[in-house]
Amino acid sequence: MAETPETDRKNAGENPADLLAPEVEAWFVHEVLPLEAALMQFLEHNWRNRNDIADLRQDVYERVCDAAQKEIPASAKAFVFRVARNLLIDRVRKEHVVPIEAMADLDALEVAIDMPGPEHNVIARDELRRLQAALDRLPPRCREALVLGRIEGLTGRQIAQRMSVTEQAVSIHIDHAIRALANVLYGDPADIRRKP
Amino acid sequence: MNGGEQIMVSSRAMEIEAQAATWLRRKAFWDWTANEQAELDAWLREASAHRVAFWRLNAAITRTERLSALRGAEGDEQTKKKNRFLPFVIRASAVLAIVCVASFASLSYYRNSLTESYQTPIGGREVINLGDGSRVELNTDTVLRTNVHAGVRSAELVRGEAYFQIRHDTAHPFVVEADGHRVIDLGTEFLVRDDLGHLEVTLVEGRARIDAKAGDSAVLKPGDVATVTAGKLSVTQKQQAVLANQLGWRSGVLIFKYTTLADAASEFNRYNSKKLVIADQASARRTIVGTFPVDDVTAFTDVVQDVMRLHVSNRGDEIVISR
Repeated sequence: MAETPETDRKNAGENPADLLAPEVEAWFVHEVLPLEAALMQFLEHNWRNRNDIADLRQDVYERVCDAAQKEIPASAKAFVFRVARNLLIDRVRKEHVVPIEAMADLDALEVAIDMPGPEHNVIARDELRRLQAALDRLPPRCREALVLGRIEGLTGRQIAQRMSVTEQAVSIHIDHAIRALANVLYGDPADIRRKP
Repeated sequence: MNGGEQIMVSSRAMEIEAQAATWLRRKAFWDWTANEQAELDAWLREASAHRVAFWRLNAAITRTERLSALRGAEGDEQTKKKNRFLPFVIRASAVLAIVCVASFASLSYYRNSLTESYQTPIGGREVINLGDGSRVELNTDTVLRTNVHAGVRSAELVRGEAYFQIRHDTAHPFVVEADGHRVIDLGTEFLVRDDLGHLEVTLVEGRARIDAKAGDSAVLKPGDVATVTAGKLSVTQKQQAVLANQLGWRSGVLIFKYTTLADAASEFNRYNSKKLVIADQASARRTIVGTFPVDDVTAFTDVVQDVMRLHVSNRGDEIVISR
């Protein structure tokens, strides 16, 4: 695990060891990711081109984590939505595009997304049920590959034998399963609680 | 939005996500060497875009670690301990079917000209289709008498709790009597619960009127909860979400949202002959969030013990919860 400053193009000058700081990752996972459903809804409401949404989300996460690298923000929720809002304003200026609604609407929306903060006291049982529901929503072959790996503890090679497919096919199923699972667990708008 | 669809969109973010997924798959499912870890670390240091994409997917896949408890029962002690949580998830759906079958089998009714009586045992649940297209669901330990024939539509809730879905007929309004109070439907779905001198009527849909024995009366709209205690009628509003939790029994579950242990225990006690007792005030005031099958007290006490760190002990017909 040699530190190689030259690979750190974006953050030259900083101590590269900090980039993989477990505190930033933990903050991102426990404070930011639970806001994803609300963030996605915010972006979809305010950006016409749905094909940009994934990039916008990624940009928000990048900016948020770059900032957290220097100092962890006090309120993740306020910070994430401020960054999202600023990002949309930047894009409007740069690309001279007109967003769906006038930007004035942003303040109202920010208030409307009245989501309780991440629930730290979620009972283990609820978590299991949520996982079960998330798995149920994956395509069958993807789910099968993931379940064999994560629950039965098989390696990719053994999964391939069990499913009678090539290792390459297993790789495709698993890659897809990993990405779909993250979307269902974090981005699923069905999870969001909004004011009527 | 479907997770699969979103993945098909090609974009910078999706390309990075695909790379992150490949790293994660190699790490979690294939042999992983120190060399590969160094390569991954280098890739992660390259850009914050790489880090957030990888952290996000890794967080999702890490959460599935809990599912590994599903692995075969002959594992070590730790696996066994984790397993205690699993049967619940799998059992949940089976329980519903069993409850239905069991309560149908134990349904006892006797015909007395036009009146029919229905009774559910403790833990039972029953659906009755009345001849006029209306439907009544009986909860645990409930007795209902119905009288539905030409021109007359009435039911008497002798004890317990019932959910009424009434086919509206202006000429022949449906009347539910409980404790001498009358609920008259005006096109309705409502819930009537009679708890030893305490009557509670919750209007879910439509409109209904309640005429209390003492003579006062109120017209209910959806979300209204009318209560009659010691002859006094009062009406309060409940939010939809609270209503939904209250109706969880219709699908065989109790839903608790920051419910005190005292209230949760008394709910369970309605469904089970083995009663929960909370020994001290401090424990009684603790709150719980979760969904439990009505007849699975063990699932509940497991959470009380393992998550809330309270003491649970079996004493004959009682389960005592204490600090």
